[in-house]
Amino acid sequence: MEPTDSLQYQQFMERINRGDRIEAEDWMPDDYRQQLIRLISMHGISEIMGALPEKEWVPKAPTLFRKLAIMAKVQDEMGHGQLLIRVAEDLMAPLGKNREDLMEDLFTGRLKFHNVFHMATPTWADAGVIGWLVDGAAIITQGMSLSCSYGPYARALARIVEEEGFHIQHGESICMELAEGTPVQRQMLQESLERWWPALLMFFGPPEGNQLSTHQQKNLDYKIRSKTNEELRQKFLTKYVPRIRSLGLVIPDPTLSQDPVTKVWQYAQPDWTLFRQIVNNQGPRSQARLGLRQMSYQEGQWVRRVLAMTTPAAV
Amino acid sequence: MAAQPIDRDVKPEWRDALVDLLFQLADDDLLVAFRGSEWLGLAPHVEEDVALSSLAQDEMGHAAMYFGLLESLGLGSRDDLAHLRPVAERRNAIMVELKNGPGTYLEQPHYDWAFTIARAFCYDVMESLRLERLKSSSYVPLRDVARKISGEEKYHLLHHQIWIRRMALDPDAKTRLQAAFHRVAQDAGDLGSTGAHTAILEESGLLPDASGLTRAWQDQVQEFLSLQGLSWTPVRETSTGRLGKHTKDLEDALDTLSEVYRSDPLARW
Repeated sequence: MEPTDSLQYQQFMERINRGDRIEAEDWMPDDYRQQLIRLISMHGISEIMGALPEKEWVPKAPTLFRKLAIMAKVQDEMGHGQLLIRVAEDLMAPLGKNREDLMEDLFTGRLKFHNVFHMATPTWADAGVIGWLVDGAAIITQGMSLSCSYGPYARALARIVEEEGFHIQHGESICMELAEGTPVQRQMLQESLERWWPALLMFFGPPEGNQLSTHQQKNLDYKIRSKTNEELRQKFLTKYVPRIRSLGLVIPDPTLSQDPVTKVWQYAQPDWTLFRQIVNNQGPRSQARLGLRQMSYQEGQWVRRVLAMTTPAAV
Repeated sequence: MAAQPIDRDVKPEWRDALVDLLFQLADDDLLVAFRGSEWLGLAPHVEEDVALSSLAQDEMGHAAMYFGLLESLGLGSRDDLAHLRPVAERRNAIMVELKNGPGTYLEQPHYDWAFTIARAFCYDVMESLRLERLKSSSYVPLRDVARKISGEEKYHLLHHQIWIRRMALDPDAKTRLQAAFHRVAQDAGDLGSTGAHTAILEESGLLPDASGLTRAWQDQVQEFLSLQGLSWTPVRETSTGRLGKHTKDLEDALDTLSEVYRSDPLARW
């Protein structure tokens, strides 16, 4: 690692503090590169693993219109995964690594994917709640990262955030239809919210209290991120609690309240021990989804080999 | 002689043939889209996953247009038509209903990429020939839809041709592809069939040269494959799927694709 008093490092930090965008070919300290690889590969692989829970409902979507919409939505997620993996690949290139390594890291558990995508999706309402609230949570985190100091990531996010805006409308539209529907549909939606609530709180990561982790502190110093987990979670609650309630849904937390003066939300903490188990691939659907991903990846090996062949000269 | 354009009112003696044709078109595309949607998230690489989904979305959109034409003929809502008709009323070809691999999209799919490409190519060739004829259909609403769709289908065919060319260059991939085409041919007899009303379809101009589809299709498939050093097993025309005779695969597909809708068809979804 470069000494922090080296001229190169100081010049780099001056650029960061000026609000300059760092580009792929620019000099950067090793730990900046490592933090980015860690963040972006996790984000990219989460998009790809995140396609699977909703995909469970794609062939079953109730109407032709919903079938079309959810196909396009899940396709977008795969597209985001592709975009982000390309950004991560550029960062990994000097280390001699590529997307094959990312997939291997996923299968061995070194590379984690987001807690929400380890959860079960037993009903159609889950497809709505993911689109509306999981993507709603994602847009809050990604909205923050639009100002990330690394240019390629910030630009990829600009496109992703725009598309996520449509996803939220798509999810909200499914949820509204269920909320205004038959008693069975309303119950399906309420049960789905109850299933997802703890996972949604977990989405932003454990609250920091007064102690920032080394990773957190580095990401803040390097302007890779600009807000803490708790700040993001508070933002989510402010935006979505009234909307959820306006659909006549009951949030499964009787202690949930907002301080009228400070505007800070009090809420029951989800089980953070469980969170750690989930992100370590011990969640309800972790192994099943990893298994599905690994099988399709291995069975596609011969196809990727064909694609990697040198193309013969055109005749 | 070009047939008289039919704007709305179809002669009563032609109506059954028109409805049957529209069901063939709608059911084919619905099943192609459904099988494509099962691949989502499971394609051999990420870029292809995105591309394949675009193709499936196009087909689902086309199915919706055809069901829309049936709806406007007073046969019921397009979603009822797509989701609730029993197996015996389905008019799709057998080839498009066959599953992508031994498992389901949820459990142990073991999907077969070579089969997927071989089938998609065969279907796209047929679709392009059929659309070419439908572009001059005497039924104006169908002619309009065919004109709209044709532009997209060109790219579908191109996509699968590129895959076949590429796979034919590698000995192992070529063997897999050859086996896949052999398998596809076994169930492709009814793809070019237009069912029980072929004579009326031709006479009315609803589908010009309906009886020439199988031959034109086979010629084109054979020609392209032989250029890649692949062979085609000639098929004899049957009418199986076009007359409502199907496999267990269709039954399972319909159970899945209508699971939520059937749980309460009167609800809004």
